[in-house]
This record gives sequence, C-alpha cells and structure tokens, in this order.
Amino acid sequence: MDISTIAFSALTISGMGLLLGTGLGYAAVKFKVEADERLQLIRDILPGANCGGCGYPGCDAYAEAVVSGSAPLTACSVGGAAVVAGISEIMGVEAVAVTKQVAFVKCNGNNTNALFKYDYSGLNDCQAAMQLAGGGSKACIYGCLGCGSCYNVCRFEAIEFVDGIVKINREKCTACKQCVGACPKSLITLVPYDNYVNVTCNSRDAGKIVRGNCKVGCISCKMCEKACKFDAVHVENNCAIIDYDKCTMCDECVKKCPTSAIVSKTFVKETKA
Amino acid sequence: MDVTQVFLIMLSSIFVNNFVMSRFLGICPFLGVSKKIETALGMGVAVIFVMALASATTYIVYNYVLSLLNIEFLYNIAFILIIASLVQLVEMFLKKSNPSLYQALGVYLPLITTNCAVLGVCVINKDTPSFGFIAAVFNGIFAAVGFTLAIVLFAGIRERIERNNILPHFLGFPIALITAGLMSIAFLGFAVQLPL
Repeated sequence: MDISTIAFSALTISGMGLLLGTGLGYAAVKFKVEADERLQLIRDILPGANCGGCGYPGCDAYAEAVVSGSAPLTACSVGGAAVVAGISEIMGVEAVAVTKQVAFVKCNGNNTNALFKYDYSGLNDCQAAMQLAGGGSKACIYGCLGCGSCYNVCRFEAIEFVDGIVKINREKCTACKQCVGACPKSLITLVPYDNYVNVTCNSRDAGKIVRGNCKVGCISCKMCEKACKFDAVHVENNCAIIDYDKCTMCDECVKKCPTSAIVSKTFVKETKA
Repeated sequence: MDVTQVFLIMLSSIFVNNFVMSRFLGICPFLGVSKKIETALGMGVAVIFVMALASATTYIVYNYVLSLLNIEFLYNIAFILIIASLVQLVEMFLKKSNPSLYQALGVYLPLITTNCAVLGVCVINKDTPSFGFIAAVFNGIFAAVGFTLAIVLFAGIRERIERNNILPHFLGFPIALITAGLMSIAFLGFAVQLPL
C-alpha cells in the first residue's frame, strides 16, 4: 500500500462526508417543521422514565398528546403534583390537585403465614408458575406467588421481596401502574398514599377454606364491618374492602380483625402463633 | 441493455431472489412494520425510494470515484455513508410532507439506514459484472418492490391472524415468525435458475 492510496481514501471519504453533511444541513433548513415550543418545555419537566404509566408510549408521546390537547394534564403519576403544576403552567391552565397514590400488594401470605401445595422450583416468573396445576404452589389460589413478575417491570426499585412475597416500598413507588398490569393474580392495586389502613388479602374463598390455606387471610367474618363507625369497610365476595373516601384511619377494624388481614402503619397486632 | 434483461431482473429480484424470502435481508422492518397493510405499504414505498436512489448513487460513486482511485475496498464505508444520508433526507422530507406516514413508520424509518437490504442491493449491483447503471437502478427498484410485495402480503396475513383464535402462547411474534417461515418456503417455489 502506498501513500497515495491512503491519501485518496482519506480524501474521498472525508470529502463525501462533507458533501453529504452540507446537503443534509441545507435540507434540514429547507424541510424544517415548526414544532410547538411547549412540546420541548413539557418534555423537559417530565421524569423521562418512559414507564408508560400514563398510557402513552413514553414521555415524548405523552408530551405530544398534552400539547395537542388529547391527554389529561394529570396522567403522569410518576412526576406527581410538581409535574402536574409545571404542565399546567406551560399549558396555561390552573393546576388540579392530585392525590398521591402508591401501589399495594393485597396479600400477606408469606412463607410463615401461607401453606403450600407443593414446592415450586421452575422459572422465576409468576406467569409460568401460574400455568401449573392449581395456579401456583400456594395453597391459596389468590395469593402472591413471589416470583417477582412485578419486580421485573418496576423501574423505580420500589418492590422488595420479604419472606417469599413482594412488598411495595411506599417511598420509592411512583404509582406508574406497571406492576398492576404485570401481576397475573391481579393482586396489586393503587391506594391513596395518605391512607395506610389496607386489607392484605384478595381471597374470594369462603372463610373456612381461607383459614385452612393461610394464617392471615380474610375469613369474611364481618368483624371489621361491625367495628367501623364510618361505614368504610365492607365484606364483598368473601373479602373485606375499604372505602378510602370514608376511612378515617381510626384503626378499629385493624384491632378487631381476628386474622390480622387488615393492617395499618400505626397499629400492628401480633399474629397468633 | 435490452428489454429482456430488465424483464429478467424484474423476475429475479421480485420473485426468485426475493430479498426477504430468499436472501433473508431486511428482516427487521419486515417483522416490525407488518402489523397493518397501510403502514407496510408506506414502509415499502419508502424502501423503494431509498433503494432506487441508493442504487444509482452508489453505482456512480463506486464506478466513477472508488474504481478510478483504486480504492474499491472502501465500498462498505462509502455505501453506508450514502445510504445513511439518503435515509436522513427521506425522513426530513416525510416529516414535512406526510406527518401521518412519518408517525406510522416511527422508529423503522431511521432503521432503513441499517437495513441490510439497502446495503445488500448496492453490493449485489457492484458484484454483478453484467450490470450497467440502468440495470443497477432497475435492480434496486425491483428488489424494493419485492420487499414491498413480501411485507404487504405478510401484513395481510397478520391482519387476518389477529382476528383468529390462536393459542395464547403463539400470539404475536411466534405465530408471525411461523407465518414468515411458511411464506419463505412458498417463495422457494420460484427458485429456478435465471440466465442473468
């Protein structure tokens, strides 16, 4: 190889690059599309996690939808009130108050509390585990399988494994709803952040069956209904459900629940051995 | 350059050596943009445009620049440079003139840059000694028409599959890949030796 080959190579490629680059630069000016400047502003204040919690494929798409007026300003649960306020300011409307929400796992059937039908040692995926006979290894078919399908989709490291089941870290959770869709047992729901009285059971079985499967399941005894002075807790389909609009967090139902299926941050009852 | 050769190139690139079905080039957009016939057609048109332009420019650059300077070994870099710029141009043009098609093609439009079918047709053009400039351009166009044919047919089948009752494990890409395989076998039926 002589020097002329090297020189020709370098010159040709750089020359072509220069020529094509100039052409593209010219075309960029000529074919310029006027973009709404609010688009970039909104995109800048969005969290940029591209989690899809708003229902749009990523933050860019959501910003576009907001500018075009087809998306609600409050759809970004990840950013919370600050982002809503920011978007509202850019779009020139008054901010709407949003209640902060967190995901919550409606199961407390950990390795100590729940009984198992068999040992599962297959794929570490809830979908796979659920395909097996009986819908997983837990005796209770409604219970958390603890394989971590929700853990895998969480982009905020808000899901932790505690003794064979998952728990949501309330501080890290951004309510992006990814885990809600990932759970094949539909165990995860969004609950208000300020309300910390929750039912940790999703079993629709009759009380007797629940008692045989799990120490902390809701046996639909309706003690909570009677204890509640605010008509905020009801047993429907063999499982207690809290009406968060009415709940005042008085902890009465938590104290009364014989199986500790209702939990609260302020009142922790010892589980009977 | 006579009519027979153009006809043979047409038969060869569209059916016998179909880029997707027999050469297995350009599989990424083939699987990615084939959910709806409409977008598949749009992608096909974009590919036809890019391939025709790329065939013409790379032919000129190869024969009148690289060959002249005895630096043919640079053809890969030079071709990719040209194709990438062309795709950028098409992207800007589409964004301005047809935003809905631009939206529908999405990420796959910039992906034409790295679409091996485009680079493939340019390399095939340079490697076939009997191809002149016009033959090369025709080859580019017809190869892209073959690509369009394959992707539109595939999109049609996938649209129908959507409405069918399919085992949940096969939903989505698994059944699409099986379909693509069967289509490829069908295209093998065209495999006769053409005197190119």
